[in-house]
Amino acid sequence: MQVPAHFEYQRATSVDHAIALLTRYGAEARVVAGGHSLIPMMKLRLAQPEMLIDINDLHELGGIRVEGGELRIGAMARHSELLGSAVAGEHYPMLHDAERVIADPVVRNRGTIGGSVCQADPSEDLSGAFTALRATAVIRGAEGVRSVPMRAFFTGPYQTVVGPAEILAELRIPVRPGGGSAYVKVDRRAGDWAVAAAAAALWLEPGPGPGTITDVGLGLTAVGAAGFTAVAAEEFLRGRPATEETFAEAGRIAAEHCRPVADQRGPADYKRHLAGELTVRTLRRAAARARARGQEA
Amino acid sequence: MSALPGATDVPTPMGHGPMLRKEDARFVRGRGRFVDDVRLPGMLHGAILRSPHAHARILSVDVSAAESHPKVRAVITGETLAGRGLAWMPTLSHDVAAVLATDKVRYQGQEVVFVVAEDRYAARDALSLIEVEYEPLPPVIDARRALDPDAPVIRDDLDGRADNHVFDWESGDAAATDAVFASAERVSTCDLLYPRVHPAPLETCGIVADLDRITGKLTVHATTQAPHTHRMLYALIAGIPEHKIRIIAPDIGGGFGNKVGMYPGYLCSVVGSVLTGAPVKWTEDRSENLMSSSFARDYHMHGEIAATKDGRILGLRVRVLADHGAFNGTAQPSKFPAGFFHVFTGSYDVKAAHCRVTGVYTNKAPGGVAYACSFRITEASYLVERMVDVLSHDLGLDPAAVRMANLLRPEQFPYACATGWEYDSGDYPRTLTLALEMAGYDELRREQAERRAAYEATGRGSLMGIGISFFTEAVGAGPRRTMDILGLGMADGAELRVHPTGTAVLRVSCMSQGQGHETTFAQIVGEELGISPDDVELVQGDTDQTPFGLGTYGSRSTPVSGAAAVMVARKVRERARIVAAAMLEVAPEDLEWHKGRWQVAGDPAAGRTIAQIALAAHSDLDLPDGVEGHLDATCVYNPPNLTFPFGAYICVVDVDPGTGQATVRRFVAVDDCGVRINPMIVEGQVHGGLADGVGMALMELMAFDDDGNHLGASFMDYLLPTSMECPSWELGETVTPSPHHPIGAKGVGESATVGSPAAVVNAVLDAIGVRHADMPLTPAQVWRAVQGRPIRPDLAIR
Ligand SMILES: Cc1cc2nc3c(=O)[nH]c(=O)nc-3n(C[C@H](O)[C@H](O)[C@H](O)COP(=O)(O)OP(=O)(O)OC[C@H]3O[C@@H](n4cnc5c(N)ncnc54)[C@H](O)[C@@H]3O)c2cc1C
Repeated sequence: MQVPAHFEYQRATSVDHAIALLTRYGAEARVVAGGHSLIPMMKLRLAQPEMLIDINDLHELGGIRVEGGELRIGAMARHSELLGSAVAGEHYPMLHDAERVIADPVVRNRGTIGGSVCQADPSEDLSGAFTALRATAVIRGAEGVRSVPMRAFFTGPYQTVVGPAEILAELRIPVRPGGGSAYVKVDRRAGDWAVAAAAAALWLEPGPGPGTITDVGLGLTAVGAAGFTAVAAEEFLRGRPATEETFAEAGRIAAEHCRPVADQRGPADYKRHLAGELTVRTLRRAAARARARGQEA
Repeated sequence: MSALPGATDVPTPMGHGPMLRKEDARFVRGRGRFVDDVRLPGMLHGAILRSPHAHARILSVDVSAAESHPKVRAVITGETLAGRGLAWMPTLSHDVAAVLATDKVRYQGQEVVFVVAEDRYAARDALSLIEVEYEPLPPVIDARRALDPDAPVIRDDLDGRADNHVFDWESGDAAATDAVFASAERVSTCDLLYPRVHPAPLETCGIVADLDRITGKLTVHATTQAPHTHRMLYALIAGIPEHKIRIIAPDIGGGFGNKVGMYPGYLCSVVGSVLTGAPVKWTEDRSENLMSSSFARDYHMHGEIAATKDGRILGLRVRVLADHGAFNGTAQPSKFPAGFFHVFTGSYDVKAAHCRVTGVYTNKAPGGVAYACSFRITEASYLVERMVDVLSHDLGLDPAAVRMANLLRPEQFPYACATGWEYDSGDYPRTLTLALEMAGYDELRREQAERRAAYEATGRGSLMGIGISFFTEAVGAGPRRTMDILGLGMADGAELRVHPTGTAVLRVSCMSQGQGHETTFAQIVGEELGISPDDVELVQGDTDQTPFGLGTYGSRSTPVSGAAAVMVARKVRERARIVAAAMLEVAPEDLEWHKGRWQVAGDPAAGRTIAQIALAAHSDLDLPDGVEGHLDATCVYNPPNLTFPFGAYICVVDVDPGTGQATVRRFVAVDDCGVRINPMIVEGQVHGGLADGVGMALMELMAFDDDGNHLGASFMDYLLPTSMECPSWELGETVTPSPHHPIGAKGVGESATVGSPAAVVNAVLDAIGVRHADMPLTPAQVWRAVQGRPIRPDLAIR
C-alpha cells in the first residue's frame, strides 16, 4: 500500500472558516473535496501538503439549481449529482454525456465538480465541457467574491486562477433557449482518462434547411488545445449553415490548431485526427439535439 | 453451515456436479484472511528503496540519516547482505539475481535498500532519507538491439560475459522443416510481438517473516502459489534447515503465476526478522508489483507457415527473440528454457515444424513465465492462431474453413506431434462445429458483408469482425522423468484421513489463489468415497500440515494434485473394504462398491457405509492380521503425461473506423477440459480467462521509453478490463476424457487465457481488413493499423 507523508487535518465549518485556515497556513495547506485527485497524489508523494482542510461539510457549496437565468453548480456537487440532475440534463445534455464517461460510479460518488476543474488536469472532461458552455467560476477569498470566465480560469496544466487562500464556490452557466449540446470522448477502457474528447454547444436559427448557427462553443480535452477550446473553429462556424460540410471544415480547423502530445494513449497524429473527428461528431449531435428542441417548442 | 443466501438453489451433489464454492461464504462477507491481515505481536514493517534508473553503477549508498530515524529498527543494504552471502540468490532458471544491488542497478524499480521500521509510514519516510549516488549507464531497452555488437553488457557480474545472450534453444526437425518449406506452394510469413504483460493480481505480493530466536524456527506467512518450493528455496538461499521452516499461505487474492517465484522483498524480510528478532511484514504497493515482480510474455516472433494453395498446412517455422529482462528468472520445468513453447503446431496436423528461441538480457525486470500461460503456451497458441489467419488472408480463404480442413482428426489420437508431444485425446472438429453453430457463423459473415458495404457507401457506421481461435493446451506438469523445478520432480502428494464419524480431511500440496480448490477437492473425495463434499475439509498452504508437492500454476492442480486426491481416496476405499469385510464377516473379494457403501455381492441389504466403516476402523473391531486400524492413506502421484485440454473460441467485434475503438460484442467459447468435476467452477475459470484475453488483446500495455522508464506502473497506465468491456460470455462444452488421468479431467485454469487473445485480435483485424498489427489493439493502434503504420507496443509511443 502506498502511504502519504505526514500531514495535519482540519474540518472547515464554513467557507469563511476554510478561507481563514488557508490564510493562516499559507502555501502548505490544501483543501480536500472528494479527494480523488489529491489523495492519490499524496500517496505517491507527488503532493505533500502539511495541512489538509476538509470542505466536505460545507453544504453551502453544494447543490445544482437554476437561478437568475443561470444553471448554478456548487463546487461540492458530486459527479453523481450532476449526472442525476434533471435540470442540468434538460438545459445542457452535454453535461450528462460527459458525466456518463467520467471515471466509474465509485469515483463519481465522491469526486466533485469543483475538485475536477481546480485540479485542471489537461485530460479533465469537465474542463472542456465548461469551456464550451462559457461557464463562469465564482471564487471566494478573504477579500470577497469574484467571477472569472472559464476561458480565463486555466493558466496552464494543473494551474488555475484560484489563489492559495481562495475557494471555488460555484460554476454558473447562462441558460439560453434554442440550443443543443453534446460531449464525445474516446477512451481505451471504461473509466479511463480521455485519449481525446470534444464538447459542442450550438444555437440554431431554424431555417427551411439545416438552420444557421447563431452561436457556438467548443471544448477540447487532452489534445493540447489552447484554453481547452478551438476559437478559430468557433469563429468559422458562427453564421454558417449547420451542414456536414460546415462541420467537416470546423473539425479540420480545430485539428489544425491543437498541439497534442504523444503518450501511451496515442501518438500525436492520432490525437490530432480525433480532435477533428470528435469535433465533427459533437457538432452533428448538438445540432440534432438543437433541431429536436426546436420542433418540440 | 457455510451456505450463502440462495444457496439452496444449488444443492450439494454427492461428488461431482454443480456446487457453490465453499470458500465464497467467507469471501463475499469480507472474511477472507490474507497476508496483509496477519498481525503478530511486536511486528515491524519493511519498505524498499528502488532504483530510479534502468542501468547505473552504484557509487555510494548513505543510510546514516535513515538509521537515525527514531522509528527505524534496521537498514539493510546490498553490503549488509553480501556480508552474509545473501546479496545474490539463485533463480529458477540456473541464473542468479540480485537481492539488493551491490554493483549496478539493472532495471528501473530494482531493490537497493530495505528499511525496517515500527510502522509502514515511518518505513516509507525513512526511504527519503537515504542517499544513493548513481552513475547512469546506457540501457538496453529494445530487445532487438540487445545482441548488437556495441550493446552495453548488462551482466558484467557473470564471469567472462561479453554480450547479452542468455540461451539458444530449438525444437523440431530443422532439415525436414526446411525441405517442406522449399517445396511448398505457398509460404506466408509474419512478425508478431506478444508484448510484455503483467499478471497484476489484485492482491500484491507480501510476507510476514517471523524467526523465533529461541526455537530457531522461521515461520513465513506469504502470498505463495508454491509453498513447498518456497520452503526449499529459503533453506537453500538462507541456509536455514528445512525442517525449521514453515511456510503458510493464507487466502490469496489472485496469483496467475505472479506468486510462484522468490522476490528480494521476501528474503529481506527474513533477514530483517533475523536482525531485529521481531516479525517483519512487507507488502508491495501497486507500482512495485507492476514494475518489479514477474512479468509475462515479451516474445518477438517471426512466424512462417507453409501450405498448399488451397490451404492445407504443411509446416511451421518460428524464430523467437525472448526478452528475459536483467536476470533470467523464468519459472518453468528446468529442462525447458522456452517453457512449452514448442507446442506451437497447435491443433493442426503439421508434417514438420521447427522453432529456435534466443533469450536475451535487457534492462527490464526479470520474470518470464507467469500469467496463466501454461509455460509459454499462450505465446505458442497466439502464434499459430495468428499465422493461420495470416495464411487465410493471403490465400483469400475463410479462416473457419482453413481450420476445419487442418484440424487433427479424432482417429489420430493419441497424436505424436512434430515437436515431440503426445496429445492424449481430442475430437477437435466436433468442438469447432459446435462453436460455429452457437455463433451462427454464416449469418455473422452475411451481416459483416452488409455492414462493410454500408460503410463504404456512406463513410459512416461501424465495421464488424469475426475472429476464431482453436487452441490446444498442454497442462499438468508433469512426469518426473522429464520435468523438474530446481531438481524437484513434479509429482504431488496427498493425504486423506477419515474421522471416526465419517467426515474427512484431505491435505494437498497445491495452493488455491481463487480457483476454488476447497470445493473441487472436496468433490473429488466425495465422489470416490460417496460422502458429501460438505463433509470433506481441505487443508492447503501450510507446509507443516501438508505433503510435499510443487504448487499451483500451469493448470496443474487438477491434473496432478487432483489425481493424487483420487488415488488416495481409492486407497482409503480399499482399506475400507477390508474393514467392511471384517464387519460383515465375509471375504473382501465378496464385496462390491456401490457409491458410498461396500456391500455383499448378491445381497445388497448386507453392506456398510463409509461412516459405519470409519467408526469400526477406530473401534475394538478385530481386524485381519496385517491391517492397521483407522481409515487413512497417503500417496504420491507422478503423472504419466501432460493432459491436453482444447477449445474453439469465436469473437465478434464492432470497430468504429473513425476513432479506432473496438468493442467485443459477443464471445463464444467451447471448452473441452475432459471430465468437469464442478461445471460452475469451470465456467468461472473460463470467464476470468476470457476477460484476461480481452485485456491483453485490447488494452494491457507495459512499454519502456529510451531511458528504460516503465510506462505502465499504475492501474491508470496499465489497464485491466472491466465488466464494461466484457460481453455476456456464451459458453459451450464438449467432453473428451483424458485417457490417463484417473477421472479423465484435464485442467482448465489457463485455457481461456491461452486461447482467447488470438480470437480477439483476429476479430479486430478481420473487421478492418488488415493482415497484422500487434497487441494491444488500442484505439490508437487500430487507427494506425488502418493507415498501415502500426505502433510498436514495446516502446514509448512517439
Ligand atoms: C480512477 C479515477 C478515474 C478518473 N477518471 C476520470 C475521467 O475519466 N475523467 C475526468 O475528467 N476525471 C477523472 N478522474 C478525476 C476525477 O474526476 C477527479 O479526481 C475528481 O472529480 C476531482 O474532484 P475531487 O473532489 O475528488 O478533488 P480533490 O482530489 O479533493 O481535489 C483536487 C484539487 O482541487 C482542489 N480543490 C478541490 N475543491 C476545491 C475548491 N472548492 N476550491 C479550490 N480548490 C479546490 C484541491 O485542493 C486539489 O488540489 C478520475 C479519478 C480517478 C480516481
